[in-house]
Amino acid sequence: MEFTDEQIHRYSRHIILPEVGGKGQKRILQSRVLIVGAGGLGCPVGYYLAAAGVGTIGIVDSDTIELSNLQRQIAHNTERLGMPKADSAKLTFEALNPDVTVIPIKERLNKDNILDIIRDYDIVVDGSDNFPTRYLVNDACVLTGKPLVSGAILRFEGQVTTILPRDGHCYRCLFEEPPPPGLVPSCQEAGVLGALPGVIGALQAMEVLKLILQKGEPLKNQLLIYNALTTSFRKVRVPRRSDCPVCGDSPTITELHDYEAEYCQMRF
Amino acid sequence: MEDLRPDKKIDIRGLVCPYTFVKSKLAIEDMEVGEVLEILLDYEEAARNVPKSMQEHGHTVLKVEKVNDKDWIIVVRKEHD
Ligand SMILES: [Zn+2]
Repeated sequence: MEFTDEQIHRYSRHIILPEVGGKGQKRILQSRVLIVGAGGLGCPVGYYLAAAGVGTIGIVDSDTIELSNLQRQIAHNTERLGMPKADSAKLTFEALNPDVTVIPIKERLNKDNILDIIRDYDIVVDGSDNFPTRYLVNDACVLTGKPLVSGAILRFEGQVTTILPRDGHCYRCLFEEPPPPGLVPSCQEAGVLGALPGVIGALQAMEVLKLILQKGEPLKNQLLIYNALTTSFRKVRVPRRSDCPVCGDSPTITELHDYEAEYCQMRF
Repeated sequence: MEDLRPDKKIDIRGLVCPYTFVKSKLAIEDMEVGEVLEILLDYEEAARNVPKSMQEHGHTVLKVEKVNDKDWIIVVRKEHD
């Protein structure tokens, strides 16, 4: 492909970077990224990936926009209350960059649909708001060898990690099973300060771009933890466990499993 | 003596920074290592910045020459992919 004049202008700040150049920008334009969730994390991830020119962005979300989302879910707006979040994200991201095709997927992921959905994408980003989805996405990515950039937020703290199946750790190497529902904060306790998902989502978008460009060091075998109140980042080493039930040497999880969604639906 | 015969020439008169360098960089990316690019431009700042940026990217600037009242010619050899 040849760049149009408009593309040369739009992506000039990428092209002049030695690590990107025209070749890197073409890789970005040809890449396909699936974002799970069009909420607090999915909005900034999709916004930055669309701006960067990721050619195809799939976005999975079965929810509609509520007023309480708008304090942090920046791809949506007041006029769109009641609209499916995936459709709103498509409007916002395609308006930002017409080079991008956004595919809205208005479904809730489960063990029967996830493999068909992730098949078409190079990289998966998890911005989901619940443990059943988080483990389902982890297991599906490990079983299919798909890179996964995972993020989570609660109150004033966020986490990011990049899972490169069999090359590094996975989510179950870190926490083998989802926590029992009683240990998950109740709805009233699950607040989040509005800019926090912006910080974590931007870190996830950066991890995705590094993977596409194959530059720098991905956040594999590590968990990055951000504390907003103390403005501190720390990295915790998370080695791949040889006895991990899904990515270990003799896995016990060889097919997908749906956890009972007994959890409070924290809408991050 | 350096061989200054260009394998490719671009005319980017009328462009200003940073598009002068963006266009030059895209041109050199499509060439083979060892080939020589000749850039014709008329933006004075770019006559300083394009050679500087090319050097920072690891290429060799063979010539920077003002050829008339307005135009410069810059000759660069591609050193790596
Ligand atoms: Zn694992």
